[in-house]
Amino acid sequence: MSTLFEEVRPSDGGAGDAVPVRRVELTVNGERRAADVEPRLLLAHLLRNGFRLTGTHTGCDTTNCGACTVLYDGVPVKSCTMFAVQADGHEVLTVEGLATASELHPIQEGFKDEHGLQCGFCTPGMMLAAKALLDENPNPSEDEIRWALSGNLCRCTGYQNIVKAVMWAAEKLGANAESDGADDAGDDAGGEG
Amino acid sequence: MALDEIKIGGLGASRRRVEDNRFIRGKGNYIDDIALPGMLHMEILRSPLAHARIRSIDVSAAWAVPGVRMVLTGDMLAARNLAWMPTLSYDTQAVLATDKVRFQGQEVACVVADDPYIAKDGCEAIVVDYEPLPPIVNPTQAKAPGAPLIRDDKTGQDSNVVFDWEVGDREGTDRAFAQADVVSTIDMHYPRSHPSPIEACGSIADFDRATSKLTVYMTTQAPHIIRAAVALVAELPEHMIRIVSPDLGGGFGNKVPVYPGYVVSILASILLECPVKWIEDKSGNLISTGFGRDIYLKGEMALRNDGRILGVRMHTDSDHGAFFSDAQPSKFKIGLMHSAFSCYDIPVAHLTAQGVYTNKAPGGVAYRCSFRVTEAMYFQERMVQAAAADLGMDQAEFRRINLVRDDDFPHRTPWGFLTDSGQYGKCLDLGLEAIGYEDFLRQKEEARQRGRLLGIGISTMTEPLGAGNSREYDILGIKMFDSAELKVHMTGKALLRTGAKTQGQGHETTWAQIVAHELGIPAEDVLVEEGDTDTAPFGMGTYASRSTPVAGAAVAMVSRKIRAKARKIAAHLLEVSEEDIEWELGRFSVRGAPDRGVTIQECAIAAYSNMPDGMEPGLENNAYYDPPNLTWPFACYIATVEVDPETGVWDVLRVVAVDDCGVRINPMIVEGQIMGGLTEAYAMANMQFITFDEDGNCIGSNYMDYLLPTAWETPGFELHEVVTPCPHHPIGAKGIGECATVGGPAAFVNAVIDAIGDSGVRNIDMPLLPDRVHEAITQGHDVSGAPPVKTEP
Repeated sequence: MSTLFEEVRPSDGGAGDAVPVRRVELTVNGERRAADVEPRLLLAHLLRNGFRLTGTHTGCDTTNCGACTVLYDGVPVKSCTMFAVQADGHEVLTVEGLATASELHPIQEGFKDEHGLQCGFCTPGMMLAAKALLDENPNPSEDEIRWALSGNLCRCTGYQNIVKAVMWAAEKLGANAESDGADDAGDDAGGEG
Repeated sequence: MALDEIKIGGLGASRRRVEDNRFIRGKGNYIDDIALPGMLHMEILRSPLAHARIRSIDVSAAWAVPGVRMVLTGDMLAARNLAWMPTLSYDTQAVLATDKVRFQGQEVACVVADDPYIAKDGCEAIVVDYEPLPPIVNPTQAKAPGAPLIRDDKTGQDSNVVFDWEVGDREGTDRAFAQADVVSTIDMHYPRSHPSPIEACGSIADFDRATSKLTVYMTTQAPHIIRAAVALVAELPEHMIRIVSPDLGGGFGNKVPVYPGYVVSILASILLECPVKWIEDKSGNLISTGFGRDIYLKGEMALRNDGRILGVRMHTDSDHGAFFSDAQPSKFKIGLMHSAFSCYDIPVAHLTAQGVYTNKAPGGVAYRCSFRVTEAMYFQERMVQAAAADLGMDQAEFRRINLVRDDDFPHRTPWGFLTDSGQYGKCLDLGLEAIGYEDFLRQKEEARQRGRLLGIGISTMTEPLGAGNSREYDILGIKMFDSAELKVHMTGKALLRTGAKTQGQGHETTWAQIVAHELGIPAEDVLVEEGDTDTAPFGMGTYASRSTPVAGAAVAMVSRKIRAKARKIAAHLLEVSEEDIEWELGRFSVRGAPDRGVTIQECAIAAYSNMPDGMEPGLENNAYYDPPNLTWPFACYIATVEVDPETGVWDVLRVVAVDDCGVRINPMIVEGQIMGGLTEAYAMANMQFITFDEDGNCIGSNYMDYLLPTAWETPGFELHEVVTPCPHHPIGAKGIGECATVGGPAAFVNAVIDAIGDSGVRNIDMPLLPDRVHEAITQGHDVSGAPPVKTEP
């Protein structure tokens, strides 16, 4: 984990020193970040404008569309309706943190393989909501997927392929877990030998 | 050995999408993701009232907010002759209000500041003194004697009527009605709806004083039209204007018009000499930008007892809001309303249409629809169901009797369109078989005995997609062609650019498939770019399901030009005459000696290194394509529902879709378009609409009031296909993007009306909210969705 700290003041222009700021320190996608923010700054805007993590989209401003969904200590939240200061001391996962340097997360692969996106605007929030579901429930039914994603609006796909994408990811994650388990067993056996 | 077209990602391959690689990583580049150095932010102050005279605007407190850099009002714009702008329908629209506000949400002032929060603070500090005027919320009110004149700014405008229009054969239709055994009538309202892409509109204007160049990043489905409009309206030289449409978070027609926010951000950038960003919020998008529909029908059909339709009469009253700014490029005042009944063999028909101004947001954009086609097909299919009921005939059988037969093409429709291909009966039969029609009718009857209400709704339609042909379509005089430019590099890789603009349709994937089909260059070797007017060839953009019919055709045509040149190079390389060269996918060979050949890639390198004497080097070309006709896809949508008589809630049991959009470039993407369209159809039938109260307050100005279906409510879809190639399109494709949104709503509504058939109710206006359905069942009367009108003085 990086220990990088940085100074970000999203509102520094002519507003001058009259605007009160508060320091927030949080972990974003595994990296420690810090910023001095106005108390009214929304978390979505800190992520997008302060940290330039523009994969978190703002769609509706009223907590309905879910395009701004991020995981907050592992729980999906709508970052357009949280203040940045509320994230102080917490962990945030955005879409940019889903893939590793070398490989995509199975949810990302599933969305591509099952044509679970068209314009792509809802996709980051949709994938993070899906991740929260699969973290809790590795083998969800179609109804469970539809219910878990019902806080995220998609205007393009009609959801059917999004459901398939999540099922695709569940299967891949399950297969990965099985083969990891097999590897572990093999290692143990080797250790004993 | 011949190439396997599917393996190289050619026609018919469900190729995974290229654009997804950035979207799934959160690396899309949408308007709000763009940040330019020194950029300022603009917010719009909107009118809280639907109709009011502006007594005064005091902006002094806004200027006093620290960080505010500029406050713009209508008077400032008027001084520069920019307070009003022309619309695409030859009317004018206020940019910032000067005299009156004419709808709730109208743009009154703009504040530019260091960040969007400060700009909003600035807007809140502006004090506007309004003198309220009586609001008008529907056509009846607008046409009433003594109604307040909304457009008192226009000389010669002495009523609220925008247009009167008529098409068809009035006398012939009267004669048909005189001969009818049965006349079936039905009145209804197609409510105002909003395309509502999840991403709202926005722009970043960047005027560079040093070079006099204006660059505008803008959420637009038609960047070249915008460049032309900016050149003509702002009188800036066209070569010094660059419009860039970045990734769009959906469009559905909402991002075709020019909105005041774009215009003011451009002016602010020119005045401030720095980049100015305007990002619309959701309420601003829903309350002020182009809506769809809002039209009333009086429909009549002349019927013979044996089920034949003898004639059709329609009158529509459309509500255009405060400014007539329909984004529709046909020569017809009410768009393509007269494409109704194109799939049926109708001897004669007559349509009258009147449009009015009201105190509502301007527009009448084509919301996932080619200019009123959605309304036309909804009215058609609701009228057809009512007619079948009036004749006591099965609704499927009534359609079968009247559908145009396969051997009747080309077929002249009653209002003058020419349809060219289709297998309508086959599609209907496939749909009925898939849903298990006879079985369902039995189930329905059994359920009825037990007090349960099941219903089945059918919608069959062909619609004109792909504006246009230039005889009937232009935008401000510009003919509706489209374009493609293909550059094959020396290694056989290629760059393709078109005048269209993808918003989720997947052009970066599918255009490369057409090149692969025509040239045998693997799709993955073709980079597709769109949306930047400095690099893309001039085209009319993406809406009206026109990308594949027009730009897609241009891609095929430019590929053929490249192949023609490559053939000459191949003849040179193989040392035979051109006539002795044969083509198979990706390779030229010598006739009679198939082993002697060169690949398209070998021709590409030769185009730069070993071309024949006298030939220009390089392997590049462009094509401009003006289609000879519209394309006419056909669809049969069937829905089954169960209505709860206690609550009026209805659930979808099954949805079957049979689509014939000709040759499918990428079946996976086509199916995605159909499922997305069906979802919007379900949305309009079930929950999604914008209405107004009697004071003209917009009900539906945010996602808490304007309901979009989630994954939970949205039904599953069962898709089927029939392929009748388009006879005039180079690869036989037809438009598809809008079909399901156009044809879908009637299937759901017909199903609910079928379910409550015993009540004697003929119509419930969309959306079929539980309270409306409950009222229909319990009161036994039709339920109107028209906005309420203020009755007290």
